[in-house]
Amino acid sequence: MFRIVKKIPLNPTVTEMYIEAPLVAAKALPGQFIILRVDPDGERIPLTVAGCDKKAGTVRIIFQIVGATTEKLNHKKEGDFLQDFAGPLGRPTRTEGLHRVCIVGGGVGCAIALPVAQKLHDDGCEVTSIIGFRSKDLLILEDEFRAASQRLVVMTDDGSYGRKGNVCVPLKEILDSGERFDEVITIGPLIMMKFVVETVRPTGIPCTVSMNPIMIDGTGMCGGCRLTLHRDGKRVTSFACVDGPDFNGYEIDFDEAMTRGGMYRTAERHAYEETCRLFRMQKEDA
Amino acid sequence: MAKPNMSPHKNPMPTQPAEERAHNFREVALGYSEEQALDEALRCLHCKNMPCVAGCPVHIHIPAFIEKIREGDFEGAYQIIRESSSLPAVCGRVCPQETQCESKCVRGIKGEPVGIGRLERFVSDWHNAHAPAESFSIQKNGHRVAIVGSGPSGLTCAGDLARLGYDVTIYEALHTAGGVLVYGIPEFRLPKDIVAGEVDNLRAMGVDIETNIIIGKTLTVDELFENGFEAVYIGSGAGLPNFMGIPGEGCNGVCSANEFLTRSNLMKSYRGDVDTPIQRGGNVIVVGGGNVAMDAARTALRLGADKVSIVYRRSMEELPARREEVEHAQEEGIEFRLLCNPVEILGYHNPDNPRDPRNGFVTGVRCIRMELGEPDERGRRRPVEIPGSEFEMPADTVIIAIGTSPNPLIRSTTKGLEVNRHGGLIVEENTGATTRAGVFAGGDAVTGAATVISAMGAGKVAARAIDEYIQSGAQK
Repeated sequence: MFRIVKKIPLNPTVTEMYIEAPLVAAKALPGQFIILRVDPDGERIPLTVAGCDKKAGTVRIIFQIVGATTEKLNHKKEGDFLQDFAGPLGRPTRTEGLHRVCIVGGGVGCAIALPVAQKLHDDGCEVTSIIGFRSKDLLILEDEFRAASQRLVVMTDDGSYGRKGNVCVPLKEILDSGERFDEVITIGPLIMMKFVVETVRPTGIPCTVSMNPIMIDGTGMCGGCRLTLHRDGKRVTSFACVDGPDFNGYEIDFDEAMTRGGMYRTAERHAYEETCRLFRMQKEDA
Repeated sequence: MAKPNMSPHKNPMPTQPAEERAHNFREVALGYSEEQALDEALRCLHCKNMPCVAGCPVHIHIPAFIEKIREGDFEGAYQIIRESSSLPAVCGRVCPQETQCESKCVRGIKGEPVGIGRLERFVSDWHNAHAPAESFSIQKNGHRVAIVGSGPSGLTCAGDLARLGYDVTIYEALHTAGGVLVYGIPEFRLPKDIVAGEVDNLRAMGVDIETNIIIGKTLTVDELFENGFEAVYIGSGAGLPNFMGIPGEGCNGVCSANEFLTRSNLMKSYRGDVDTPIQRGGNVIVVGGGNVAMDAARTALRLGADKVSIVYRRSMEELPARREEVEHAQEEGIEFRLLCNPVEILGYHNPDNPRDPRNGFVTGVRCIRMELGEPDERGRRRPVEIPGSEFEMPADTVIIAIGTSPNPLIRSTTKGLEVNRHGGLIVEENTGATTRAGVFAGGDAVTGAATVISAMGAGKVAARAIDEYIQSGAQK
């Protein structure tokens, strides 16, 4: 069992938690993920680590409430325990040898992008961060990004904070001005990453994306997280849990990944509604 | 001595009727009664040269335990099995006895061999139902061994070493101990209570089981040595499922047998009241002909499929699954489409509505008929496509059960471990010693997908070798 040391709501749908898991904290690097289960009948879900405190032995996770499991997770309080918490899994984000990098984060994906930006910044790399959210209410981690970046651009879809528009707008402006990076690293919704890749493609700058497909074991056993890559004109099946979660954005079949992400949509919606109903009943009973 | 039972037939195994069991997850085979066990035990001729023992990967003293059954001393029979096997209730259920002990039985020459597997199962179940919880007083020898993976191979190695006095810690990556016995083999063939009972036995012997720790990630093999373990046994099992590499494999509703079975077994989605979803109902096609394919097909049936078909590219004769599993599957109504092979998986696509929720979901499989050609290097006749013989089968779920390749996590993070061209760890056959001193390995991590009992045999061999290695002082 793994204790929730601290819990902070970041906005109405995003929560930050610090989990006591010293073995994971000792090893986790930016870009890696953990698998957790909230309770004994719970499902295994992957969450990419948002940071860790090796001294305190805690791992920071930031998650959006999107379904039954994240809803249950969000109902846990400080001092409560999670059933399982295993990791770190996947390969860390490659940061060696990079001097100028542009990080493009979207929504809760920014939580995963942050430790990458911090690592690069600590290693003396020049970091440009572009982070986007639907609106001001959903903005997270702005100060931490500012501290880890030479330049920070904040975007909101509705213009309620920062600039109005999506992350591709400033990215394109910067690239059109002739500025170049050793790499663009993007983490966020699939549709956003797909368009970031298309924005970067004409420049030929390497573009890394962080994939978060449906997983079960997360250790290279079930094949549920498989992705199709298009490499040298061939289709290659790759597994996000052991080969990723970072991939060369130019190779990913985003359309297939988006379809596969919706595989259990009906079951998920039903489970979410059922969970919310149960929590409401509990509240009424209390 | 009682007169031998010279019937040419085994006592039949009582089973749940096919039409009933096809709709529930309770065990298919119900086990012998005491009368049936006594009667079957009388079929053993007690051959002097004991061919059956030579056929057993862990060399259980088969005639001796059968003799105890004949005497009515079921606990005594259990203790004899226990000397050689750490997991008797498991082996009595899932071992392919027909190609092992029973294939060597003299009674098999004229009729059916003695039902050794059924007797083993009877004895183990009798013990679990009647014997008080075992208490162990083992003199500890002060040496520590780490085991990677809690599947049949790791559990066996751990049990043998614990009995010799070693302090044993098993590291399991998943949240439940048991490996393939828990995530792979379905409840109706191996109830999970039985696996849990065997694991509890090991705990009672003082074996420490740490779940949620992925060796190669959470801890490395080097760190295990730094932490004071003198030897490490790697029984991390098979790994990534193979796919066919044909168009449409990325469609929704297409999954590996590992994924389908893990959802149902480990995550318990067969119960319907847990959080992990699983595809139910409709037309299900399972590609492959091994035991895993049979497990997936029979699980899909029990989850409410309208129709389940197994697509296999060779004929019934070459089908690698156990005969008993194939017969059970046929009785339950699973269709076998032999001598055909998928060439494309067909998906739904609504050209007028990109938001149609059915877009991207599988609708069928295009197959091609095959005929058997010349034998390959293993002597199996190679299937050859018949040009122009393509046909389509409707499907809502396609489960791919065509094998696995070894998991890369440990070899990619451990120096000095050499692997063969399939990615399996290279070991000395008689010891399980890898190319790195102090590291031993066995089971699917070495051989690729094989049987529970051969993994147990490897665990046993390695336990003996680890004992010799540590007692010789070579680890210092």
